Amino acid sequence: METVLKTSHGRTLRTEEMVINMGPQHPSTHGVLRLELVVDGEIVIDVIPHIGYLHRCFEKHSEHMTNYQQVIPYVDRMDYVAAMNNEFSFAIAGEKLLKIQVPERVEYIRVIMAELQRIASHLIAIGTFGIDIGAFTPFLFCFRDREKILDLFEMTCGARLLYNYIWIGGLSHDLPPEFIPKAKEFIVDFRKTIKEINDLLSYNHIFIKRTANIGVLPADVAINFGCTGPMLRGSGVNWDLRKNDTYSVYNKFDFEVCVGKGEFGTVGDCWDRYMVRVNEMEQSLRIIEQAISTLPEGSISSAIPKRVRPNPGEVYGRAESPRGELGFYIVSDGTGTPYRIKARSPAFVNLSVISEISRGYMIADLVAITGSIDIVLGEVDR
Amino acid sequence: MGLLDKQFEDGNIVITSLDNLLNWARLSSLWQMQFGLACCAIEMMAASASNFDMMRFGVIPRATPRQCDVMIVSGTVTLKMASRIKRLYDQMSEPRYVISMGSCSNCGGPYWEHGYHVLKGVDRIIPVDVYVPGCPPRPEALLEGLIKLQEKVRNYSSVKSVA
Repeated sequence: METVLKTSHGRTLRTEEMVINMGPQHPSTHGVLRLELVVDGEIVIDVIPHIGYLHRCFEKHSEHMTNYQQVIPYVDRMDYVAAMNNEFSFAIAGEKLLKIQVPERVEYIRVIMAELQRIASHLIAIGTFGIDIGAFTPFLFCFRDREKILDLFEMTCGARLLYNYIWIGGLSHDLPPEFIPKAKEFIVDFRKTIKEINDLLSYNHIFIKRTANIGVLPADVAINFGCTGPMLRGSGVNWDLRKNDTYSVYNKFDFEVCVGKGEFGTVGDCWDRYMVRVNEMEQSLRIIEQAISTLPEGSISSAIPKRVRPNPGEVYGRAESPRGELGFYIVSDGTGTPYRIKARSPAFVNLSVISEISRGYMIADLVAITGSIDIVLGEVDR
Repeated sequence: MGLLDKQFEDGNIVITSLDNLLNWARLSSLWQMQFGLACCAIEMMAASASNFDMMRFGVIPRATPRQCDVMIVSGTVTLKMASRIKRLYDQMSEPRYVISMGSCSNCGGPYWEHGYHVLKGVDRIIPVDVYVPGCPPRPEALLEGLIKLQEKVRNYSSVKSVA
């Protein structure tokens, strides 16, 4: 290395680079990610992510199911923190392939579910990010309110984590009558929680010191690597598929796209990415409020095809998941099973930038950077 | 020490068998290895967070296998991860227990047929004490699994020689 250290007697101290492993069993790698670090003392020189510890053969499974609807449970298990958004994205691709329109009520319910799931996913991201930095209490606050969202999901479709709720052409169940009052109650409660999170964590002096100016991702690098979601918006790029390539009924709702502003440091640092998530939760609440107040009546199952048998062709459907652009590329050969499904997972793409943004920081900062990327290994490895 | 607190002012004697004492100490502080594999890890996190509070059973997550008593295999075990899990298990000090959480680690779960990279049950590499079914199991189910494990520990004898 270039840095020459001298002992107090003036003798030159030789240093050398060291390779150490972080993971696959490590409390702050968010699952089974293995990072191979090249370090000079505490300084990270290079990071090489090793993935594949959770490769569950999603694409193979989707080619071997007997019909398209059977793929949806496997789609759930890709990004298990945000299963509703995965289903939504897959349903969009499937409906594009079949060229069917779904009733408006279905679209509204889907948007409500997707936004509730976005809040739940961001709550996990924020809570575990706090743990990585050393703040345990916000985690408990986040999970307390996440349980309220899971209760809403459970009363709708009976499952807490993996729902199989959004089908191609419709939904598995309609909303129960007690959903709307409970959701309204939740919105009022959750506004207080956002304030609590801000008081506890966001503007905490130690937290800012640990995250501001750390892992700076410039906008051009983010675009070159194909980052999407809060990673890209944290760098100040105004890009959200809900606005820029609007799908479903998102164009009927009034909401803002949150971008990083570099309040405490450089634009695109860990704090900005974190803050984008906190602000997005407020915007999701606004969308849910509007969707609930204008929820149309109607049937939810009229468009569900008896048998999904699309014409030969290929299609790419995408939607904004909490981690970014989640897309499904489906090739159909005219039979009832997909010929090929490829998932474009945002977590995988966002993870690829880690070696670029963590060079020159300390190992402890690398933990903050990994937390701020908010990866889900189920989606990285698929 | 709720029950015994300030109850024995003159330094009284409690009579019990050695097995009972050891087992009571063991089952009340089953430290858990803090590592998650897949979807079930989220439910495991939920179980140790505010609403379910796994710590009231004495289950405290530790980051290193050398401080742990129980390993909760929470999620799909892939072939690439299997050798690591075996190594982590070997690093735990005895007595050690394993809870297999969820269908994937019980038997392969939804990946049993076409999962060319999925181990069909973690019991092929390490011995399992309690199986918790579900995909994913609810946090209550995991707590039930823990109580079952505590029952198992309670009936164990560490002083009698094994025939």
